[in-house]
Amino acid sequence: MLWLVVAYLGSLIVMFVAAFWSTNDFTGALVRKFTTNNFHTLITESVYRTIAVRSIVVASIVTIVDAVVAIPIAFFMAKILSPRWRRIMVALVLLPLWASYLVKAYAWRTIFSEGGVLAWVASPFNIHTPGYGLGATTAVLAYLWLPYMILPVFAGLERLPDSLLDASSDLGANAWRTFRTIVLPITYPAFIAGSIFTFSLSMGDYIIVKIVGGKSQLFANVVYDNIGTAGNLPFAAAAAMVPVVTIIAYLLMVRRSGALDNL
Amino acid sequence: MIVTIGNGASGCYLEGMMKLRSKKRTLTLSTLSIAAATILLLAGCSSSSNSSAGTTSTPGAAAGGVPNVPLAKALGQGEGALNLIAWAGYAENGSNDKTVDWVTPFEKTTGCKVNVKIGNTSDEMVTLMKTGQYDGVSASGDATLRLIYGGDVAPVNTSLVPNYATVSDFLKNQKWNSVAGQMYGIPHAWGANVLTSNASKVTPAPTSWSAVFDPKSPYKGKVTAYDSPIYIADAALYLMSTKPDLGIKNPYALDDKQFTAAVDLLKAQKLIVGEYWADYTKAVQSFESGNTLLGTSWQVIVNMVNSDKKVKVNATVPVEGATGWSDTWMISSKAAHPNCMYKWMDHIISPKANAQVSEYFGEAPAQTLACAQTVDKNFCATYHATDAAYASKIYYWTTPTTTCLDGRGRICKDYAAWTQAWTAIKG
Repeated sequence: MLWLVVAYLGSLIVMFVAAFWSTNDFTGALVRKFTTNNFHTLITESVYRTIAVRSIVVASIVTIVDAVVAIPIAFFMAKILSPRWRRIMVALVLLPLWASYLVKAYAWRTIFSEGGVLAWVASPFNIHTPGYGLGATTAVLAYLWLPYMILPVFAGLERLPDSLLDASSDLGANAWRTFRTIVLPITYPAFIAGSIFTFSLSMGDYIIVKIVGGKSQLFANVVYDNIGTAGNLPFAAAAAMVPVVTIIAYLLMVRRSGALDNL
Repeated sequence: MIVTIGNGASGCYLEGMMKLRSKKRTLTLSTLSIAAATILLLAGCSSSSNSSAGTTSTPGAAAGGVPNVPLAKALGQGEGALNLIAWAGYAENGSNDKTVDWVTPFEKTTGCKVNVKIGNTSDEMVTLMKTGQYDGVSASGDATLRLIYGGDVAPVNTSLVPNYATVSDFLKNQKWNSVAGQMYGIPHAWGANVLTSNASKVTPAPTSWSAVFDPKSPYKGKVTAYDSPIYIADAALYLMSTKPDLGIKNPYALDDKQFTAAVDLLKAQKLIVGEYWADYTKAVQSFESGNTLLGTSWQVIVNMVNSDKKVKVNATVPVEGATGWSDTWMISSKAAHPNCMYKWMDHIISPKANAQVSEYFGEAPAQTLACAQTVDKNFCATYHATDAAYASKIYYWTTPTTTCLDGRGRICKDYAAWTQAWTAIKG
């Protein structure tokens, strides 16, 4: 427990302190003098706001897409399959996580490429595929984080007694109404739990957008570029505070839903 | 004495974490002890920082600002290993192409086992060198001075590198590889960034950079550009000939007005760019799949695309001239295997190896005797290898500094400004 606190909070504190340092313009050597310039730049330069908003929008869309896709799969697993097949299905959902993240990302790069699988499928219908860009980034992120949404939703649905569904249909409610007034309110915390994964993982990702994002960039790229390219660790630390603050704000929001009690 | 400048935050954090780990068992769980541990960690960092504060300096401050790193006096036995940071194609051991191998012969004669880390951009190389885990680097001109003034590299005793004597004279004691007459590395080779285009889809092959800057380009969405702040210089180079009234004399020395013009040009270019590349394998793949038809790249990328004969690309140095590189092998001030590094520096500019590497990468060899060893006998003529006048026309990557490189005073944008502008360009 102590180790966890030191490793997690300690590194966050060090990062926070480093955010107030700067680097020598020329040699890139660290200058350990207090300055708020990094935060000043982050707030006043409109480009960082644009990128931050773009990242939040992408992470939100990824979360919504995952939630929508997860519902039928999780429902099928929890309510229709026999316990034996249910276990097999859980293993199948987890299976993609065993493959390397990069392999999957580069596989998607060839899928979205000129003359790739997607363009080939779309061409008979005369649909022009957009290729690399934010759309491709969103799709790949949604694919990658899908298991993290399915599992909590599946667990939530499993706990939902079948009798409630039977009662609802006995009283004349159709499937949609049952879903809206019974299933969704009860499993809502499960969706929230899943969304924490999908949202925060999307906020922190910089590789997918580099591989399939074309010329686009997300906020994690700002952090990455300032470490890898500019060697400006203090500014990177300051920039890293933006996703941290965003996710903390999101967590505070969802805490009120009670979803965190179920984790 | 070796001044420890810029051993960076990472080493410092590591040191701090080590202290914490050893303390882990004895500390009891209380907020107080965590706070104490954090303070300890921070204190450990700040105490080492004082020594570096006074010695860092900007290049305008003359040679006095160079950290005092000792010069090697004699060479001993090889240490059995060598860790290099290199540009793609600079240290080939036959794993990419069986016939392309100058690392294995080196390993056999010296016993130094070579580990290569590919650096994708100069910035990445500087960052990697700051870790102190590498013995040497093939640094371009936009990295060399940063490394020298950062104390990350040691001066080179050229008398310990026998092949240095026959290196082209116009590469010796230049402002990007030496300070006050002291060489800080061994010249490797030089060349230009080339305008590359898909031979079958882009006809006629463009001969001007306007092809990649024209907002009405028919190849909208199929244009690529190099993903590094240094690419701003390519825009500045183009403006030198298209907007002479801006008065740009050196694409790496841009004042406010010139810089804004270059940045605006790149912002307009973004509309026709499909993808930025920094990873050269990504560039190769994009040209091969047809996602990219046109853009700036290196000769080595062109060679790799053309080598499997599926897609053919043309490469040219356009009429406006080109930005380019002049690379230098530098030895780390913290090198764990300095003898192997000296042996490597001598090996890579030996006529045979220098001919192989420059022919593979597509650049002009630094070693004058290499011209007799190339497979293509016209190679040196094609690349103007020994032509000092031609070499002076390429604008080599140089680190932009506040003190203008063309001597106009302290009115230019420094590299930090270039970096932030690059983020803004990509939007």
